[in-house]
Amino acid sequence: MAAAATTKTGARPARAGRRRRLTAPAWIGAVPFFAYVAVFLLWPTGIVVVDALKNPNGAWAFSNFTELANPQVRGYFIGSFKLCLISSLSGAVLGAILAYAVASGDPDGIIRRLYISVSGVLAQFGGVTLAFAFLALIGPVGVLFHASWYFDFPWGIALIYAYFQIPLMVLVFLPAIDGLKVQWREASENLGASAWQYWRYVGAPLLAPAFFGAMLLLFAVALSAFATIQAWENQIPYVVPQQISTALSSEVGLSNVNEADLLALGMVIMVAIVMTAYALLQRRAARWLR
Amino acid sequence: MAAVTSLGETPLTAPAGRPRGMQAGRRRRLNIFRYTVFTVFGLFFLLPLLALARFSLEGATLGTWSVTAWKQIASYQNQNTGIPPLISAIEITLELAVITCAVMLVLLVPTMVWVRLRVRWLSRTVEFLCLLPLAIPAISLVVGLGEIYNRIQRISLSALMLFWVYVILALPYAYRALAAGLTAIDVTTLSEAARSLGASWFSVLVRVIVPNMRAAILNALILTAGVVLGEFTIAYLLLYTNLQVELYSISRNTPNAGVLFATSLAALLLTGVLLLIMSYAGRPRRGRG
Amino acid sequence: MTRTADGAARTAVEVRLEGLSRHYGPVVALDRLDLTLLPGELVVLLGPSGCGKTTTLRLLAGLEDADTGQIFVGGRDITRVPANKRDMGMVFQAYSLFPHMTVRQNVAFGLRLRRIAAAQRDKRAMDMLELVDLSTQADRYPHQLSGGQQQRVALARALAIEPQVLLLDEPLSALDAKVRAQLRDQIRRIQLEVGITTLFVTHDQEEALAIADRVGVMREGSLEQLAPPTEVYSRPATPFVAQFVGLSNRLPGEVRGGQVIVRGCTLPLVDADTPDGQVVALVRPEAVTLASHDAPESGPLVGTVIAVTFLGATSRITVDLGDATILAQLPTADATTLPAGSRVALTMRPDPVLVSAGSELAARAADEEA
Repeated sequence: MAAAATTKTGARPARAGRRRRLTAPAWIGAVPFFAYVAVFLLWPTGIVVVDALKNPNGAWAFSNFTELANPQVRGYFIGSFKLCLISSLSGAVLGAILAYAVASGDPDGIIRRLYISVSGVLAQFGGVTLAFAFLALIGPVGVLFHASWYFDFPWGIALIYAYFQIPLMVLVFLPAIDGLKVQWREASENLGASAWQYWRYVGAPLLAPAFFGAMLLLFAVALSAFATIQAWENQIPYVVPQQISTALSSEVGLSNVNEADLLALGMVIMVAIVMTAYALLQRRAARWLR
Repeated sequence: MAAVTSLGETPLTAPAGRPRGMQAGRRRRLNIFRYTVFTVFGLFFLLPLLALARFSLEGATLGTWSVTAWKQIASYQNQNTGIPPLISAIEITLELAVITCAVMLVLLVPTMVWVRLRVRWLSRTVEFLCLLPLAIPAISLVVGLGEIYNRIQRISLSALMLFWVYVILALPYAYRALAAGLTAIDVTTLSEAARSLGASWFSVLVRVIVPNMRAAILNALILTAGVVLGEFTIAYLLLYTNLQVELYSISRNTPNAGVLFATSLAALLLTGVLLLIMSYAGRPRRGRG
Repeated sequence: MTRTADGAARTAVEVRLEGLSRHYGPVVALDRLDLTLLPGELVVLLGPSGCGKTTTLRLLAGLEDADTGQIFVGGRDITRVPANKRDMGMVFQAYSLFPHMTVRQNVAFGLRLRRIAAAQRDKRAMDMLELVDLSTQADRYPHQLSGGQQQRVALARALAIEPQVLLLDEPLSALDAKVRAQLRDQIRRIQLEVGITTLFVTHDQEEALAIADRVGVMREGSLEQLAPPTEVYSRPATPFVAQFVGLSNRLPGEVRGGQVIVRGCTLPLVDADTPDGQVVALVRPEAVTLASHDAPESGPLVGTVIAVTFLGATSRITVDLGDATILAQLPTADATTLPAGSRVALTMRPDPVLVSAGSELAARAADEEA
């Protein structure tokens, strides 16, 4: 497997003189990984992309794109976008605050472990369990109180999204805060800065790329949070993944399978843009906070 | 080095050996801030869970208490086989977690080390690919995966085959954890030293680099396990049964509404406790300092 | 009266630490330390790690609070004053430059906080950069500079705000040996030029001896000796100081009438009042010299050369005297005639010698080796 591939590649310079070993280029060592990703990530995505460009007969057609002119479909995309923006922004800010609180404590302590494990759990449970939990809390017979807005768009859903956005933010942003060297804080104090001035001139600018990168990540994840909506059972028609799932199960909505693919494609494009922006931001963050 | 450090970078490092103090006023303000934050967020995270608990203990009429729901989970039996499907679902999911973790490590660690040592220019690409799964909707993935899994199912029908795609899903988390661990150690020098002593690449990896990345690897394992234990969408859409899917179908098939909530809570607690335990497994054995 | 880089006159201040104590849990980092820095003086705190020297510096900077004690700067009690109001410049061991700012912006940062106008700020920053010979790098980023350059920028940044006191926390420890020596001298030159009261912390005794007005040798939270470098070196106050600063030979001897007899040589004592008795004497290698090339059959200072260490102008030879080993430091010209294995006769110069009751010294020595 991978280990075998690396032993094969000895890219050391050939021994002086006679025996010239046939050396493969170094990137061969990375082939197993790329092969795996190609098969299980890129190919499925590729299939969706290609399917979106075909019509039901299997021939190439771009007519599916006219669907995008459909105000309903556009409405779905815009609604999706709005929801994700709100939830990622609030998740990012709140998550950053929590991350700072965790980071400034004992690196080996119970609180840090607890919050990170909890974040590890909650960041994954964007689905059924979460929907039920909020149903229990503020649903029609909710324990806390009955919030009639609990399934309203966008704030009700944003609240539920926050439940996994914040932990995800903590997981993604914590390394950046850890990367803030204590010497910077002390140096700025020594030079006369108050806490506010430190954050304004040093802390925030240094964390900004990582922060916005993390926020973009949250945005992308929000965009793809399907399961939560699934559980709400068509109560909220405004989020694209829901639309896709109903299309797939040929219930209410689009009956044309390729249009389901198109919607999927639309999402993939949105996500690709977000990921590229993220990658650019990461470069800068990595240099400073390494 | 703490075992659990979010997606894995080394924790705040105090200068080796010497405890580093902070000005008293500032420490006080910091602690007030921290405890306020922990309380507020703690409540936010706890309340829905408590609500779940409350609902799971709901009796036949509103306002009463009863443990029927929990008993029903424990004893839920499929008419055909005698084994409670929940147990087998838990088993399968745990096995899946182990397989996924193993494959992920074998795939990622050598690749990342190799890229860092020899093919640096590929590192951005690898990083991008590893982050992509986070952003691609499970739906899109599933539509494309359908074909691939058709072929896989000709070889094996076991739900364990889910590991192929679970490794992909775990990539974003595992990658960051391992990357942080790699940056913290000087891979180049270590491997050159080992090679000069005659080690094969395999030995370098297994005997030199991996032991130095223990904390990061543990992090990666924890996060991967979290992904596997919490995954619902893909398993559901590909018609497999894992823990989450089983819980969901139990909740749809029993008349007692409380079971819905009990199963949700059970899943959360199970995973949480497991992850917390794992975070202690990597505790450094040496003394302080 | 001293002058700052741009010619303005300023008065250096006195710094006084009284009874400072600090502990971390059960560990005592500082034990009732008293230390006074005279105006314009450069005091170096020297000692092994954990001795409390960095703690002292951080207490003075205000980055930590003392458990007891007071700090006076220029006669004013600043014990309760927060760090950002103490008007001190500090140079850290590493990593303290802000990576997202250029060199110029880093140096001007303190001035910006004090709301000094941009033009003035810029001029002062450039003046400081000229002082450290880095004006050509003003628009670069820290990661583009070498370690030595970064520390010079850090120094410029610390001085830009015209602080009353300059603090340096092992600023050279993270640098290459050659850069370390150059930078060390440069720091001293600038410090004298600006005339600022300075506290410098290091574990490197060569550094300490080279630049200090006075050296404070610290150990386990206390000052063992505070004196000019020559005195610390040639008249160490305690065995620890003698061991830590420079090399010593530990030889048994006998005190008689205000002098000590060591291996046949009569030597004066640092402390003439030492009572008669058996002691262990600390003799510096450079006090041990060549008596003659023709070694007699035997004698208290006759032996075989085991090793020769070439140090440039001088060489150190290790001689086996049969029942002890002794280090001698000779001009290289002499040492080259003494290859390993040759027999030599040595003698000792009558430099004052520190002695200590035998058992105490042996115990301390055992501690150090551990």
